[in-house]
Amino acid sequence: MLPVRFSDTQRLIMRKAEPLGDVGRLLRRIHIDSILLGGLLMICAFGLVVLYSAVGENMDLWLSQCIRLGAAVVALIVVAQLPPDLMRRWTPWAYVFGLGLLLLVLYLGEIGQGAQRWLDLGIRFQPSEIMKLAVPMAAAWFLHERQLPPRLPELLVLGIVIAVPAVLIAMQPDLGTAVLIASSGILVVILAGLPVRVMLILGVLAIPGAYLLWRFMEDYQKQRVLTLLNPDSDPLGAGYNIIQSKIAIGSGGLFGKGWTNGSQAQLEFLPERDTDFIFAVMSEEFGLLGVLTLLGLYVFVVGRGLYIAMQARDSYTRMLAGSISLTFFVYVFVNTAMVTGLVPVVGIPLPLVSFGGTSMVTLMAGFGILMSIHTHRKLLPH
Amino acid sequence: MDLFAPIKDHHHEKRIFVSRIFLSVVISILLLGTVVARLVQLQVIEHEQFSELSQGNRVRTEAVPPIRGLIYDRKGRILAENLPAYQLELIPEQISDIDDTLERLARLRLIAADEIERIKSLAKQGPRFKPVTLRFRLNDDEISDFAIHRHRFPGVDFQPRLVRHYPNAKYTAHAIGYVGALSSNDLQRLDAAEYAGTAHTGKTGIEYANEAKLHGDTGFRKLVTNARGRQIPTDPRDLPDTLPANESPEPGENIYLSIDLDLQKIATDALEGQRGSAVAIDPRNGEILALVSAPSFDPNLFALGMTNAQFSSLQNDQDRPLFNRAVRGNYPPGSTIKPMLALAALEIGATNLTRRTLCIGHYSLPGSSHRYRDWIPQGHGEVDLHDAIEQSCDVYFYEISRKIGIDNIHDYLLEFGLGQFTGVDISGEKKGLMPSIKWKRNAFRERADQTWFPGETVIASIGQGYMLATPLQLANAVAALATRGKRYRPHMVAATEDPMSGERDLISPEALPDVSINNEFYWERVIGAMNGVMQGARGTARAVGEGADYDMAGKSGTAQIFSVAQDDEYDEEEVALRLRDHALFIAFAPLDDPQIAVAIVVENGASGSRVAAPIARAIMDHHLGFAASAL
Repeated sequence: MLPVRFSDTQRLIMRKAEPLGDVGRLLRRIHIDSILLGGLLMICAFGLVVLYSAVGENMDLWLSQCIRLGAAVVALIVVAQLPPDLMRRWTPWAYVFGLGLLLLVLYLGEIGQGAQRWLDLGIRFQPSEIMKLAVPMAAAWFLHERQLPPRLPELLVLGIVIAVPAVLIAMQPDLGTAVLIASSGILVVILAGLPVRVMLILGVLAIPGAYLLWRFMEDYQKQRVLTLLNPDSDPLGAGYNIIQSKIAIGSGGLFGKGWTNGSQAQLEFLPERDTDFIFAVMSEEFGLLGVLTLLGLYVFVVGRGLYIAMQARDSYTRMLAGSISLTFFVYVFVNTAMVTGLVPVVGIPLPLVSFGGTSMVTLMAGFGILMSIHTHRKLLPH
Repeated sequence: MDLFAPIKDHHHEKRIFVSRIFLSVVISILLLGTVVARLVQLQVIEHEQFSELSQGNRVRTEAVPPIRGLIYDRKGRILAENLPAYQLELIPEQISDIDDTLERLARLRLIAADEIERIKSLAKQGPRFKPVTLRFRLNDDEISDFAIHRHRFPGVDFQPRLVRHYPNAKYTAHAIGYVGALSSNDLQRLDAAEYAGTAHTGKTGIEYANEAKLHGDTGFRKLVTNARGRQIPTDPRDLPDTLPANESPEPGENIYLSIDLDLQKIATDALEGQRGSAVAIDPRNGEILALVSAPSFDPNLFALGMTNAQFSSLQNDQDRPLFNRAVRGNYPPGSTIKPMLALAALEIGATNLTRRTLCIGHYSLPGSSHRYRDWIPQGHGEVDLHDAIEQSCDVYFYEISRKIGIDNIHDYLLEFGLGQFTGVDISGEKKGLMPSIKWKRNAFRERADQTWFPGETVIASIGQGYMLATPLQLANAVAALATRGKRYRPHMVAATEDPMSGERDLISPEALPDVSINNEFYWERVIGAMNGVMQGARGTARAVGEGADYDMAGKSGTAQIFSVAQDDEYDEEEVALRLRDHALFIAFAPLDDPQIAVAIVVENGASGSRVAAPIARAIMDHHLGFAASAL
């Protein structure tokens, strides 16, 4: 690769683009986008503050989350060093590898909390995490050399590429992750230019599809849907989570009850307060203003991600960056909508805030891809 | 490469991409808007409603038990009080291995080994944060023992609690009864909400009968609790000001009994080692001055909780210490009914005051050779009514019984309250039995058994046969003799007191229908003869009446025992002892202004005048202010 020489004007433009000045430039040199990193770290910081309260001021748990967060940032930095071309070439292998692990899980996975998600290969991890990145990568890889928008045969192949891992994960059963992975793949297809009328047709087809899905759902998953429709039908059983969550959010009001003062959270009325329902803890203690602040940070990160996608130089990186950014938004939406009782309870944590390590590492690795895409751009001469 | 494949149009792709991003952003904004709208709905519009729900979630109402009313005797001496005792408690949620913990406690002898299963089931029942009481009272040694090993028992600790205490233990056990641990049976008749914080309830006696007054009103305290119901924070100063107000408990009413502790002690001590009962009544109003049943027991065992072994030894004791003979013991009244029968005979003309009978030691019905024996085999010689009462001549009464007839015996003795409920203000009393022709017709299934035989009237005239009465009924009857026919319902509660205001509510005596014998002359002559029993030259209990500074009236009785079928395990010597006659005595004093009426029963005591009468004398002496005679 020939060394690129920049003109003084170009240098000036690049200088303006770095709000953190020298630090920003330094970060850029190690392929880190300081704006995106800043947004992510602000979310993480807010998350740690909320988490401290949500784990009942348990310092040990809180510190373990800090360590996980550190590991996730390391993963981000490492991934950001990998050039997009390399990733693209690795994509098919990553997908096949991930698919193999998923099959392995079905046969010899460990069972935790009633679901078979973990695989112990020296280190314990969930293969579904790999697929969170491998599926959109595979979809983008499949499309990047073809003429866009994709036509029907290509769409069918893509449907299989996306559906196989999603169904395998749903069978574990882990509906939340399956939904996320399917949507990350579908988002690639949409960004590739799926015609609006096809989207509408698929939307109509989704109705019998939903019926089929219902037929194959586990009882507890059906129960979650029914509970959403009428949480008061079983206030101490399946509806308990949603009722307590709504009480927590509603009683928080505009300004909240104050940090570590949320009675719903602190007195343990709120179930899973440090994981899936941490959004309710925040709503209770920081009120509507606190929640809007966090949502604003999320919007900022998603916005920066989409900006990076639009700046991307080729269709692979473009579609991948768009999918990663929008999937992050899906995360946020599904979790907040679930905790506020708008959609059924599916096990999706609030990204970067909920307690737990694996998904955070994957998320940060995803943002590492975004940064890599943004910082490995070849500056095309105009 | 396919030469005819369309060439990738990067600008077109980018344009499509940007339009799709734009579409996604629009959809995202709509979705995010929905969430924000939902948040506004919950946090702004419905905020107040959810605030209340959240408040209701964490505020738990806890019952605060009231302090149980105190019980005093007629002179204001305390009979039942509430003392702090150190209880050994276990909090299930703080115990990691309950089997191990209980086993080690048993090894330290802090709990009995056979209690372990019961404690484990108790610990499983309630909420896990609620303490389970292992022992109601630890003694000083046990407290110091436990204190040494305390660090080895996380989740086990001792706590001070108010526990019912009866300072006079056995002296008042049968009169005031006792409280015991609240059981699920108790909760079926009591208001569960009122007893939410209460651990004990009255089980017998005054404690049971006056439960509603003694218990008081339960108060309520608001607590902030977590989802599992445990109180948080533990420091009440951290409680928010917005909590609803607490409601203080109202202590139960204090009760003043007509019982005189001194008389209780005198009677209990006099009956020490015997089985029997003593009841004393103030004939002027029906107030019970003493109510004793022997043997007695320590009621504190019930309040504190006892081991299974302790309870079964009380339960299986062949002398039956838990059996309240004063109100539940059915005894043949024997000759104690003679004064009453004499009055009835005079009233209906079955005899008169001058009529004399020759007693030759036995009596036979006309046309029958069966001999009804007098208690003196050689007979009393020629006796009139006065002599017949004073010397307790059976033949005289055998003879007049035919003229009185069983139905008159039944009617008049019933007027004295024998063989019927007295309506005393403690529960569980037995009715006794007053036979009549009609009664016998209904009481037996076989036709042959339903006929009343003349011979049964004969033995009824000396209080034998079917006739049964409780010591309380006898005391009540002698009170009616003392008042010359005026009757009151016997009772123990003299007054109740509001512990807050100190206001007392006196219980007024309840008059019962008078005995329908109005000839004053008959009363005086019969009472004169009863005086002769104790202070006459030939009275059966003249030895007991000797040397008294006041005039008294009495009548001894001896009741034969017909069957000991239920006691067939006894050895022969024991059977012989338990086949001996019961000794009875009734008395009142002073003669002209009666202030006390007494009935004594000593099971297998053999002689009413020798065994039972001295107890009556001692009680009367004390009550009337004379030094207790030597017992």
